Amino acid sequence: MAEVKQNIKLPKDSLEKTTQTINLGPTHPATHGVFQNILEIDGERIMQATPTVGYIHRAFEKIAERKPLYQVTPLTDRLNYCSAPINNIGWHLTVEKFVGIDIPARAQYLRVIIMELARISDHLICNSILGVDSGAFTGFLYIFQYRELIYEIYEEICGSRLTTNIGRIGGFERDFSETAWAKINKFLDEFPRVLKEFEDLFNRNRIFIERTQGVGGISAERALAYGFTGPNLRAAGVDYDVRVQKPYCRYEEFDFKVPVGTTGDCYDRYLVRNEEMWQSISLIKQAIQKIGELKGEEATKYHADAPDFYLPLKKDVYTKMEALIYHFKIIMGEVDIPAGELYNAVEGANGELGYYFISDGGRSAYRLHFRRPCFIYYQAYPELVEGSMLSDAILTMSSLNLIAGELDA
Amino acid sequence: MLNSKFVLDKLIEKFGESVFGYEEQFDMMAIYGDKELNLKMLQFLYDDEDLAFRFMTDLTAIHYPNNKGEELVVTYLLYNMPKNFHIRLKFALDINKPDIYTASKLHATANWLERECYDFYGVNFVGHPNLIRVMNVDEMDYFPMRKEFPLEDQTRTDKDDEMFGRGGHFNFGKFSV
Repeated sequence: MAEVKQNIKLPKDSLEKTTQTINLGPTHPATHGVFQNILEIDGERIMQATPTVGYIHRAFEKIAERKPLYQVTPLTDRLNYCSAPINNIGWHLTVEKFVGIDIPARAQYLRVIIMELARISDHLICNSILGVDSGAFTGFLYIFQYRELIYEIYEEICGSRLTTNIGRIGGFERDFSETAWAKINKFLDEFPRVLKEFEDLFNRNRIFIERTQGVGGISAERALAYGFTGPNLRAAGVDYDVRVQKPYCRYEEFDFKVPVGTTGDCYDRYLVRNEEMWQSISLIKQAIQKIGELKGEEATKYHADAPDFYLPLKKDVYTKMEALIYHFKIIMGEVDIPAGELYNAVEGANGELGYYFISDGGRSAYRLHFRRPCFIYYQAYPELVEGSMLSDAILTMSSLNLIAGELDA
Repeated sequence: MLNSKFVLDKLIEKFGESVFGYEEQFDMMAIYGDKELNLKMLQFLYDDEDLAFRFMTDLTAIHYPNNKGEELVVTYLLYNMPKNFHIRLKFALDINKPDIYTASKLHATANWLERECYDFYGVNFVGHPNLIRVMNVDEMDYFPMRKEFPLEDQTRTDKDDEMFGRGGHFNFGKFSV
């Protein structure tokens, strides 16, 4: 923390304050979400920051204790709503691991495509908004067309855009359509050029560098102590990535790099996110290639054979007794789950998104705890901003990629 | 190479009778310990060169209303990042005296996670620098994630826990069982 210089000399024991208290948030446009920070400022320098969270707490963990497992998926949408598919698929993976469902290779690769698209869309928002907060609006406007294209891909696959509820326990509810593939290919064709343009605008931009370099930095030791994960930890120089350490969805078959920074400041976080987008593009291409290499039955199966959890085809429900029974059981939440507990994590767009699932043998979770990366690293915010300027505090918040939905569960 | 048995042996060697038991599911060992020694165990797991569990991935609580005297369980998920190994610690508390030492001095990340546990389960982390509610309003005088607070409106009669596979019974009028 920088030494704070007092400009006004007051008599000793003066009751008058030399500092001001201001509220940054909860509904300030610069906070991109419902965050309140009570700042004690001396001029423009922050002496003390006290974050208050919980404005949009919706008790997901409590609600999940009464929901059949498939109905928990829409709750996970609303955690990190900038990359909802990762949350959905992370939850599906947790349930599948818990009840022991084998997922066909094709479904795994399709999931990789969707999760990496979600990662790109999340990083796009974070990095382009970082530009907006430092005064550069152009990048945001250009690049948002491609987030729109990603949302169109979601829409083609699952019917919705923001809170996707994508896929099912066991795979996907339907195969990707021709239009979906066409859109994915269009994205892969056009996006790298746009991302390059975006980087050209920012990476070596003098104003952007001066606004972000050395701002909101954190050392690797402190980042680890605060439980940082994801791009924020990697920017501090620790190459921890759940996709590498505990691979899921066959990530171990893929070839990708884990970018790391050195100083953990806003600029490093920005660079790490940008590089991750390039890696995600490469991962999507590899996944498409791997799908193309699949032979026989494997090349067409987009869901597992898990009648207790995966809804049968509608035409089977109307014509076959067994399908009708399973359909009814699933919809009414009458599927018993074995007892036990499992912690399963996926690499969310802003860190390790963990699901701690405890079952007592009932039909819903006995306890479901979400390890929300935002909530855990937001507590480092006072340490990051104390001693810095007010405008830097906004940038720091922006580059941490805080999502209010995830923070407040 | 780190494995569950090695960690367990080390803990038993150090803490003896205070390690109550363990269970292993999905390649993760959960070790039950004496709540009085929670901080000592965390410190030992942190300091020991071979164990070095220096990253706290998660901390939460669970409520088991039927385990009399051990209703609340505080659970820590620790991670040895270089060796890529997780371990879970569990400490059972009496709901009438839910005191346990805070880990926030050892792991900065425990600060808000403990506040969350306090907020939802009423676990009193002794020595915590700022043990106030983090999600709910400060005026709240109960701990909402405890099992005695059902999710549904108490006045509703058309829904019952039985529908979700446990507890209660559904009122079928004269056909009640």
